[in-house]
Amino acid sequence: MLKYIAKRILLTIPVLIGVSVLTFSLIHLIPGDPAKSMLGTKATETQLKLLREELGLNDPYIVQYGNFVGKIIQGDLGESIQSNESIAYELLQKLPATIELTIFAMILAMAVGITAGVIAAVKQYSWFDNISMTGALFGVSMPIFWLGLMMILLFSVQLQLLPPSGRLSSSIELETITNFYLLDSILTWNWAAFKDAFFHLLMPGIALGTIPMAIIARMTRSSMLEVMRQDYIRTADAKGLKKRIIIFRHALKNAFLPVLTVIGLQFGFLLGGAVLTESIFSWPGVGRYVYLSVLGRDYPVVQSTILVIAIIFVFVNLITDLLYKYFDPRIRYK
Amino acid sequence: MSLQPNSITNPDLSETKNAKTAKPRSLWMDSLFHLLKSKTSLIGFCIIFILIVTAIFAPLIATHSPTEQSILNQYQTPSSEHWLGTDALGRDIFSRIIYGTRISIQIGVIAVGISMIIGVLLGSVAGYFGKWADQIIMRFVDILLAFPSILLAIALVAVLGPSLRNAMIAVGIIGIPQFARIIRSAVLSVKETEYIEAARAIGAKHGRTLMQHVLPNCIAPIIVQATLSVGTAILDAAGLSFLGLGAQPPTPEWGAMLSDGRAALQNAPWVITFPGLAIFFVVIGFNLFGDGLRDALDPKLKK
Repeated sequence: MLKYIAKRILLTIPVLIGVSVLTFSLIHLIPGDPAKSMLGTKATETQLKLLREELGLNDPYIVQYGNFVGKIIQGDLGESIQSNESIAYELLQKLPATIELTIFAMILAMAVGITAGVIAAVKQYSWFDNISMTGALFGVSMPIFWLGLMMILLFSVQLQLLPPSGRLSSSIELETITNFYLLDSILTWNWAAFKDAFFHLLMPGIALGTIPMAIIARMTRSSMLEVMRQDYIRTADAKGLKKRIIIFRHALKNAFLPVLTVIGLQFGFLLGGAVLTESIFSWPGVGRYVYLSVLGRDYPVVQSTILVIAIIFVFVNLITDLLYKYFDPRIRYK
Repeated sequence: MSLQPNSITNPDLSETKNAKTAKPRSLWMDSLFHLLKSKTSLIGFCIIFILIVTAIFAPLIATHSPTEQSILNQYQTPSSEHWLGTDALGRDIFSRIIYGTRISIQIGVIAVGISMIIGVLLGSVAGYFGKWADQIIMRFVDILLAFPSILLAIALVAVLGPSLRNAMIAVGIIGIPQFARIIRSAVLSVKETEYIEAARAIGAKHGRTLMQHVLPNCIAPIIVQATLSVGTAILDAAGLSFLGLGAQPPTPEWGAMLSDGRAALQNAPWVITFPGLAIFFVVIGFNLFGDGLRDALDPKLKK
């Protein structure tokens, strides 16, 4: 087990190097002069010179890359052109909002997706199977930005049930400790804030969770169907075990592995999808930060944020693989 | 794989009493038969067919010009004059959606074309030559996969500059890994067959073996992946346009139309409702047809 973990961790190193090279190269893909592109046409020659100097654009590529990696290892992600603040600081401020939204969306997607997938497989070809799989097809085909807008139209504009944007109503006060609002409201026993934060999370969470939910439901169903056909399930059935025990202890446990892979991969989707969702619901997270930086041509922010998200994703995949090993000890790494 | 003769996949045909009467079907006819049998893939096919016909005959179907502005007609509710209402600039939404089909097809063909050409090239070289070529190519693919795809697309468009062309390039690039992986595994299995060995034995060079013998036998997974990718590509490109990074005004692109309509969400909900529905239906069409194709062309992949 330890050997496997060590090997798997070592394998992430070349990927991380590749990721850093690719994000580093991004800025050099900008057609023409990156400095001019960032400061706009009104920039004076001195300003351009200063920025080029600041970003090290005059150095040879290899020196630039060395500086880029060196700084990242020290936790220095550079400064935002728009706000002049440290990018690492701004990211840390915004990460909890995105992580809270992503985890909420994932819990939602897993709860609904796995439940629907299991029921659909156990009752194959029933009305539930048909409806849930049609729903899953709609889910994977859904433009989530449109779903988000339609939800705002229905639940905020028409029914006025849910808030259309933000993380917390302005009338609610919350003492922030971790910056995860749900957690903070529990820690401070502030139920009004918990309710408000939860209501704010609902629509963005559903919008973001829709596609993973549909994919998880489909995967769970097909994986369960495969397992349910195995001899050991028939044996369990023949020896008189309760159906519930067969499904949860024998079938789902074995059907869970492919689902786990999908869940790991969907985390990446969620981190990417957050850009769309956060921009629709004005969610003050990393996704919106990327979006606003792209619009403002704040390339250092775009570069650093994408690097950080890719690194998070590489680690999520690492954890998925290690969990995989935990669930199925037969797996060996070649 | 799907190349097994019908006598194996279809045991009835091997029986002597049927051998004279039943005409053996070719692989493609067999697949078509399976495809037409499935109602869902027929629905998908119909949606795609309607999309293509609409795109070709857009000028005949549209009731107005897609870009003609009329401030006096701003935010008209759906009526007999403007079937799906008008937007902030008084443009007819129905006509814009109709012309938008052309852009969707353009995105589908160009973006998926980019992913397919580069992905097939990388995947087949990696699978056929193996060793260091495989290592280098697949590590590169791993690196591309380390980025959440839509985020990579956003980053690429951010540096290349927002435009429909760059959005298509970005969406094409993020689709490369899927093609490369699928083609690589298909090539790996075809490479081991006897007819490839035979081709090599009679002196066919690597290039010829790969192009004439290996790749034609990997066509099924390529077609399936391409069909499924069109839906995703349209969805991603619409997402980019929605963020203002894809098609620019006044192009009647569906994602951009949604973005335009955001401001009037409260007063003119029809401006965002219909373009979104259009994206949704077209993507469903490609997904249904792609799923059907997969089941028909490669029963082993059936989910």
